[in-house]
Amino acid sequence: MAMTLYTELAWLPRPAAVFSDSCKTALAAEEGLGRRLRMLATQALDSNQLTKLARVIARARAKGASLAPLVPFRLGVVSNATTDLLVPALVATAARHGIALECIAAAYDQVTQEALSPDSTINRARPDAVLVALDHRGLPFRPAPGDPAAAARIVDDVVGHLDTIRQGFRTNSDAISIVQTIARPPERLFGSLDAGTAGTLGHMIETANRRIADSVAASKDLLVDVAGLAQTVGLAGWHDLTQWNLAKLPFSDAMVPLYADHVCRVIGAQKGKSRRCLVLDLDNTLWGGVIGDDGLEGIKVAQGDAVGEGFLDVQRFALALRERGIVLAVSSKNNDEVARLPFQKHPEMLLREEHIAVFQANWNDKASNILAIADELKLGLESFVLLDDNPVERDLVRKMLPDVAVPELPEDPALYARTLAAAGYFEAVAFSDEDRKRAAFYQDNARRLSLQKQAGDIESYLASLEMEITFQPFDATGRARIAQLISKSNQFNLTTRRYTEAQVEQLSHDPARWTLQVRLADKLGDNGMISVIICRKEGADWEIDTWLMSCRVLGRRVEQMVLREILDHARREGAARLVGVYRPTERNKLVEQHYGKLGFALARTEPDGTTIWHLDVAAASVPAVPMAVRRVGFDAPAAGIAA
Amino acid sequence: MVASPDIYDRLTGVFHDVFDDTEIVLAPQLTADDVDGWDSLTHIRLVLSVQREFGVTFSSGEVGQLKNVGELADLIAKKLGVQAHA
Repeated sequence: MAMTLYTELAWLPRPAAVFSDSCKTALAAEEGLGRRLRMLATQALDSNQLTKLARVIARARAKGASLAPLVPFRLGVVSNATTDLLVPALVATAARHGIALECIAAAYDQVTQEALSPDSTINRARPDAVLVALDHRGLPFRPAPGDPAAAARIVDDVVGHLDTIRQGFRTNSDAISIVQTIARPPERLFGSLDAGTAGTLGHMIETANRRIADSVAASKDLLVDVAGLAQTVGLAGWHDLTQWNLAKLPFSDAMVPLYADHVCRVIGAQKGKSRRCLVLDLDNTLWGGVIGDDGLEGIKVAQGDAVGEGFLDVQRFALALRERGIVLAVSSKNNDEVARLPFQKHPEMLLREEHIAVFQANWNDKASNILAIADELKLGLESFVLLDDNPVERDLVRKMLPDVAVPELPEDPALYARTLAAAGYFEAVAFSDEDRKRAAFYQDNARRLSLQKQAGDIESYLASLEMEITFQPFDATGRARIAQLISKSNQFNLTTRRYTEAQVEQLSHDPARWTLQVRLADKLGDNGMISVIICRKEGADWEIDTWLMSCRVLGRRVEQMVLREILDHARREGAARLVGVYRPTERNKLVEQHYGKLGFALARTEPDGTTIWHLDVAAASVPAVPMAVRRVGFDAPAAGIAA
Repeated sequence: MVASPDIYDRLTGVFHDVFDDTEIVLAPQLTADDVDGWDSLTHIRLVLSVQREFGVTFSSGEVGQLKNVGELADLIAKKLGVQAHA
């Protein structure tokens, strides 16, 4: 199961069902082709889909269309194996990394000839780089178990052979080589003894890999660590002997998308396309729980806590990235002071305010916040990665700011850090003192920015979410969750009145009360119960005793739909006025203007800061929001005021 | 073992995907000569895609012996242990 994270590129969203059609539409489009291709490529495509996309790119090129802003790159490919499946995968995957790749493939098993002959196919094409895709079968290995002197000569030969090829392309094409380390076959000669016995294939491959990596690091050439990649997914799965025998495929076809991504990361890094800033969400991304509701003692971010450990790993990885020069920023739907508390006061937090360049905790959408961060840091949007556990936030940023990389995350926070690392957003081809210093350069007290502009059309995005809201009076099934929300919600909670489960049950049978539980689903999933309302009927007045909502669905206009529902029932029961109450606490400043925004008039302010609001039931008109409405346990709405 | 209609349905999807052509209609007698672009490389892609779709693996020998779509479908049926009612 762990392997599928890698082989299925699980950090990328699954391709849309209409992938083939989208490919065709992209080709027909007059402009923005390069961007469309990049968006199409930024999905977890399998070999056939990559081939399709590569065909679209080839056709676009044939008709002379501009692929900008993709950066052109010419890559020669030589191998001792069949590269026909690799080439289309490379071309399509390169678009994911901002590259318009053109591949010139040499004939099968023509490696040395291609490198050394000045008028070979590759050298005549004058590529920017040549991928030297050799495995153990294409290098002069021969068995010499227990003969260290012979083994040393063989390794010299192998490394020398690669040097000759690299030198050839450098001289004849002025091209750099992209060199691979060698994936060891799983078969062993003795067993564990191989690891300590010079001259076994495994031992020689390990020695050769060390020398290849050192030699490439000391040159202008680039390295793709195929040995490391094959070990990550498992050597037995990497080497597919049937496929080798059938068609001389160098490794299992299931690994082609992953391999292509790794090669293209290196090319992207070489062309300056690697990401440079990691934007972190907070609640349930950097710690478990919601700081605004659970408080400093309630959030999970501790050693020895099964859930908290996963979040610590995310922090540890973010810190390590910062050490190597990646800028960290925060974007979270929270109150600024509340969101900063764990950074300042939580003893187990590894990340502190000094590690964060820009700290955006507010109630605006994340796309606008990322725009502000990009402006402030003077970085292009394609430098950014957003790590966020909430699928709706991820989807919104992908749609509004397609240049920002937004990894999918698995259910289990234990795997967040690994998923982020597997995505390879921060691939580098060199590491300098400058990189090391960059972190200090951006060490600046977690600046807080005011928003200059709004990103794109949020309204139509909300409509595209296909939301469905469900209204239902309190019932036995929902009771535990209702009580939980009542006891835990602090931020979007107008009165912060706590009721036990037993009290909730009484309320639901009380004829002087009107109760509502609200659920919200959308095309990305079911959010479950997200809002609870209790009204007290007092003659012609309905006083809203409790109105709370999960901050997870903030900005989706749920409040508006809830008010329409309350009004509908109030009308039917003959109420004349809704009375809204806001009781200020340390946590609920977010909803200070809740009733004002919904069209209530301020009636009075009490000495403790409590505000009382009125809304005339007959006159009130609240616009509907594009979402489907379901009612369970209520009568259908009265005619004329249907949602 | 003879392949079921269900196998032909799924196989049709694979052909459409690999050849990027949704017009292809499968029949047991269909051979590489009847389909545009069915060269040796596409044949390999086809075999790999069939393996992925059905979760089966073919030996090198089995792949070499296939003469037409019918034999491919029957081989899949045999691997899956599906009883025929075509």
